[in-house]
Amino acid sequence: MALLEVENLQTHFRTPGGINRAVDGVSFHVNEGETLAIVGESGCGKSVTSMSLMRLIPEPPGRIAGSIRFAGRDLLKLSDREMRAIRGNDISMIFQEPMTSLNPVLTVGRQIRETLMIHQGLDKQAAEAHAIEMLTLVGIPEPKRRVGEYPHQLSGGMRQRVMIAVALACNPKLLIADEPTTALDVTIQAQILKLMLDLKRRVGAAIILITHDLGVVAEIAERVMVMYAGRKVEEAPVAELFRSPRHPYTQGLLGAVPKLGSSLAGTATRLAEIPGQVPDLRKPITGCVFAGRCALATDLCRQYAPGLEEKGPRHIAACHYAAKGAIAA
Amino acid sequence: MSPPLLQVNDLKKHFPIKSGLFNRKPEFVYAVDGVSFEIARGETLSLVGESGCGKSTVGRAILRLFEITSGQVILDGQRIDDAAPGTMRQMRRRVQVVFQDPFSSLNPRMRVRDILAEPIRNFGLAKSAEDLEVRVTSLMDTVRLPREALNRRPHEFSGGQRQRIGIARALAAEPELIVCDEAVSALDVSVKAQIVNLLQDLQREFGLALLFISHDLAIVEHMTHRVAVMYLGKIVEVAPRREIFAAPRHPYTKALLSAVPLPEPGAQRNPIILKGDVPSPINPPKGCRFHTRCPFVFDRCRTEEPTLRATGPEQWVACHLEEPP
Repeated sequence: MALLEVENLQTHFRTPGGINRAVDGVSFHVNEGETLAIVGESGCGKSVTSMSLMRLIPEPPGRIAGSIRFAGRDLLKLSDREMRAIRGNDISMIFQEPMTSLNPVLTVGRQIRETLMIHQGLDKQAAEAHAIEMLTLVGIPEPKRRVGEYPHQLSGGMRQRVMIAVALACNPKLLIADEPTTALDVTIQAQILKLMLDLKRRVGAAIILITHDLGVVAEIAERVMVMYAGRKVEEAPVAELFRSPRHPYTQGLLGAVPKLGSSLAGTATRLAEIPGQVPDLRKPITGCVFAGRCALATDLCRQYAPGLEEKGPRHIAACHYAAKGAIAA
Repeated sequence: MSPPLLQVNDLKKHFPIKSGLFNRKPEFVYAVDGVSFEIARGETLSLVGESGCGKSTVGRAILRLFEITSGQVILDGQRIDDAAPGTMRQMRRRVQVVFQDPFSSLNPRMRVRDILAEPIRNFGLAKSAEDLEVRVTSLMDTVRLPREALNRRPHEFSGGQRQRIGIARALAAEPELIVCDEAVSALDVSVKAQIVNLLQDLQREFGLALLFISHDLAIVEHMTHRVAVMYLGKIVEVAPRREIFAAPRHPYTKALLSAVPLPEPGAQRNPIILKGDVPSPINPPKGCRFHTRCPFVFDRCRTEEPTLRATGPEQWVACHLEEPP
């Protein structure tokens, strides 16, 4: 059974320039213990989707519609109080910038203790012991000393480890990681990715990984959902998606990334460009959202939005032409 | 053989840290601590390394955005690190820069036309008002922006378009070398590809040399002729692209390359996971600067600093493991 089922999620923002349809009718699910990656470029709605799941969108100017069923309950129907009991306990989140998401005036230990005392009802001593345990788990050296330190005393990689410790303190069923390694250097990124994989094996939480880095996706995701302009355009198991992307946008994305080692294999060629740019989400879009940038677009695409159709085993894409196999890579 | 376009000899830049009134012992950030390299005409040299390794400081020193602590920067046979203001002005025309953030590097109150006209006027390149207009419009064609956009201001453009404006501004001065300081790092994947292609086209068209400063190794491999790998203010390895990516010699280069996640699910790879963080450039480790994280460290590394030595025709490595016994 799916742990999380999102149906027709619509998150719109009222702006002076009109209604911004940041997320416009997105449905997906996450199974228990599964890692789903949400991929796309800036403005595609991937972060707004994750913020909507946590109900962290300010309303107004935002408005969330649709349904988000988590372990059988619709999160959008819960009271604020009930939602608070879920955040940080059943669902927790890791953000991109660990410096701005940790409180600079509280010690690291206190920030881990806080979630434990609020959600698990532990007393201070028990919470402190557990905090040290968590820091050990995420690989922070000298955890007994580090619990008493403030975020500014830690390096970027250490802070991200602390964020992960805070997020995992209450054994969440679902962890949302929004660009967890984007701000980190590659050697530190490798450490954090390895840590996330190890912890997943041990803790067994489902993960929604939000990223624009296809390398990170290939490394840790099991299933991938590609978003463009507030819609889901393709979804497939990770190997399948990289082997035979069906949507022209996904194909474009994969072609635009140079691969390490390609100069040696003699396969270094000009990078594939996706011409143009993302459409303005404040204006209504008729037809396919990608039609304006797609080399294969026809009048059909400009007039009728394609629905998500099965293109292969567990593989769906929203493209009029993908089904015919004409553009399958 | 003609001299290289740019030559950097034992460049050092130590930034003083503000110390208290009674603190008599001044402290320094050893951002760049003895770096030498050359760039030939029309060549791309990439400086790679992680945050704080000093790669951007090297770029800024070449642009003379600050005075260097010691060393030499020689452009086309002429020293520019101590050039007098009059000479420097002419030299500045020949070395231009494209910055990382296209949002903060363009003046929001200027129209694109004025942004592009400024360097042309500054260096007296236009013969007349008509010539200026011709130059400005042709720059827009060169970076593939519509001419109508000349009258708009930076906020009306997307990140990728702004980066094109930044590139056009750099080209306006007709430079021979462009320092690209993380010029594509802030861009989205599909836009990044557009800008990378543009830079490669421009290099071919104008015979530009590029100093490409980046932490994105896949992009570097795609763009570059040669690579210099920096760690804590020092170059640890310099080599042509093929050698760096096929047969890296320095343990840090190996670790850096192995840490890049590949966009191939299930790819067989054994990343070398380095322990810990980069030490502070205020108190860099004695001996080899990489010894605190190096998986192959031995006693000599802790006390004696390795120097760059040739291990191949164009490959230089600073590691005790490379020395003949």
